[in-house]
Amino acid sequence: MSSNAAPLEVRNLTKRFPVSGGVRRARVQAVDDVSFELRPAAITALVGESGSGKSTVARLLARLHDPTAGTVLFEGADVSRVRRRRDVLNYRSQVQIIFQDPFASLNPVKTIRHHLERPLRIHRIVPRRQLEGRVHELLRTVGLVPPDEVAAKYPHELSGGQRQRVAIARALAVGPKVVLADEPTSMLDVSIRIGILNLMLRLRDEFGITFLYVTHDLASARYVADDILVMYAGQIVESGPVEEVLASPLHPYTRLLLSAVPDPAANLHAERIEMRKGVASAAVDPPEGCRFVTRCPLAIDVCSRVTPLLVEARPDQAARCHVTAPST
Amino acid sequence: MTSVEPAEQTVTTATEDDALLELQQLAVEYGVGGKRVRAVDGVDLQLHAGEIVGLAGESGCGKSTVANAMMQILRPPAVIAGGSIRFRGENLVDMSAEELRRFRWRNVSMVFQSAMNALNPLMRVGDQFVDMMRAHERISRKRALSDAADLLEVVGLDRRRVRAYPHELSGGMRQRVIIAMALALRPELLILDEPTTALDVVVQREILQQVQDLQRELGFAVLFITHDVSLLLEIAHRIAIMYAGEIVESAPAARLAAAPQHPYTQGLLTSFPPLSGPLVRLTGIPGAPPDLRQPPRGCRFHPRCPHCTPEQPDLYVRQTTEPPVLREIEAGHEVACHLVAGGKE
Repeated sequence: MSSNAAPLEVRNLTKRFPVSGGVRRARVQAVDDVSFELRPAAITALVGESGSGKSTVARLLARLHDPTAGTVLFEGADVSRVRRRRDVLNYRSQVQIIFQDPFASLNPVKTIRHHLERPLRIHRIVPRRQLEGRVHELLRTVGLVPPDEVAAKYPHELSGGQRQRVAIARALAVGPKVVLADEPTSMLDVSIRIGILNLMLRLRDEFGITFLYVTHDLASARYVADDILVMYAGQIVESGPVEEVLASPLHPYTRLLLSAVPDPAANLHAERIEMRKGVASAAVDPPEGCRFVTRCPLAIDVCSRVTPLLVEARPDQAARCHVTAPST
Repeated sequence: MTSVEPAEQTVTTATEDDALLELQQLAVEYGVGGKRVRAVDGVDLQLHAGEIVGLAGESGCGKSTVANAMMQILRPPAVIAGGSIRFRGENLVDMSAEELRRFRWRNVSMVFQSAMNALNPLMRVGDQFVDMMRAHERISRKRALSDAADLLEVVGLDRRRVRAYPHELSGGMRQRVIIAMALALRPELLILDEPTTALDVVVQREILQQVQDLQRELGFAVLFITHDVSLLLEIAHRIAIMYAGEIVESAPAARLAAAPQHPYTQGLLTSFPPLSGPLVRLTGIPGAPPDLRQPPRGCRFHPRCPHCTPEQPDLYVRQTTEPPVLREIEAGHEVACHLVAGGKE
């Protein structure tokens, strides 16, 4: 593969979860026909509200779930159904995930050194005698110094921000091309968050790592990301370069999200938003038509009958909207 | 007695005399393993009628403890170790349990972050209103239910939801039910402790708009506690910033946004990347809040302060040994920082 091909691409990715109980076998359409590619050495933000399916996308890409339909391509090869241990290990050495909760993702009875040595051993990254040097190098990379002191510590001796840095160092241990970061800052104190975002920017610039940054925070998406994907009720409703999308959003849902975020830089009193019914979560057996139709101020007749497609209405900027991005 | 003269606009020009609520040198301690930890250390705060005051800070800074102390709902091992909490001049610290029971909901009511999970899952929403209202006033069940329905409409819910059980409502709807309940007895002060933090941003915006509308209409005062300063800049009249159990700065919201003086406030304000305008690389605040079992000597922020270096020896000695005092540097703007010159205590 050439070096500027997308390291990770998904096509028509769909995930349905069975709903327990009830007579009818209902299924939640958590991810519905999602297609996108991650540009190499770029940060792509995947934003949406809780239940919109954004974390499920990250988990599908990490191969923690099997997709119901659709494909995941890593450097052009379909990895969505690999099962052999060697293939899975090989994929995981290229695509790593970090989670929201740095308190839950580290083993409390093991030292930081243990956490970082484990992936190095499992994936046989370095010979045994180079383990320590590599662990220290990883800790320095994520800004945890002095590394020999940090390596000897247990998770409870570190702050939330430091633990998240350990989680990032662990993901980097195998030398991945892609890191999936699922809300990596939302459980951290506000003053610490920027540090983690800056670390992602540095890893992108210095090591050429490709990131999928899953978040509900539009402002942080603008701060770190190059591209943005907006999810609503299991579907991508808008995608494009982050500055363009946030400066002139096409989809009415992106507009609603933007107007709801406090932005002291804009002015002290934000514009009011219209209150409408409807939720952003994935629906059980959703009907045909646009998922946003009940809340949409622009809705026209066709919206409740035909599901809109993701249409590129401006260069690189696409939306699922019959009104602002018509398909003809 | 109320004046017969034409009503004057006194809401935003309240003077010190008519403070609705006044904290003086409030201190709260937690007993942890034989040691006492001061979670709140000498906090002064005033709230006037009809005013929205924001109290901001990071987790563990003591902001929720302040609110719990105001409601007198601190649970052991937390105890008030000093200071006073006066509501219309009366010290709540001295009140009996029965006096406090009547005081809560009627004079001051509080909405917690997880309040939406505080509703009784086995009772219809309306019945929970009835219980609370009948515990405070002589009112018929029928009347209380119709009041409850009215209140649900006020917060943007269908009045028929009085018949709903909590599990039939979304998180945002339940949080609105709690806000409606908090307003049922027309309290003079509403304490909101991270009321929207667990909610999605669109729902958060809807609820905040409603709280603002209701506040303008009914004129109650609000103490809004959050870690999100950008939110407070939009809705609060005045903002107090807490760090490690102390108030380090307080000012009118616009003033705080335009001219923050304390390095911690400056750091907090630049921890939120902007959604519009130019993008610059932000730094946040290096380090982490201190362990209150062993707070740093001198200024509690000095280990994280970008302006605290041994290169300025005189200042450095003061920063690391002498606790700064909260001084008024301009009308209504107080700062506790050795870097800020002038002002009076």
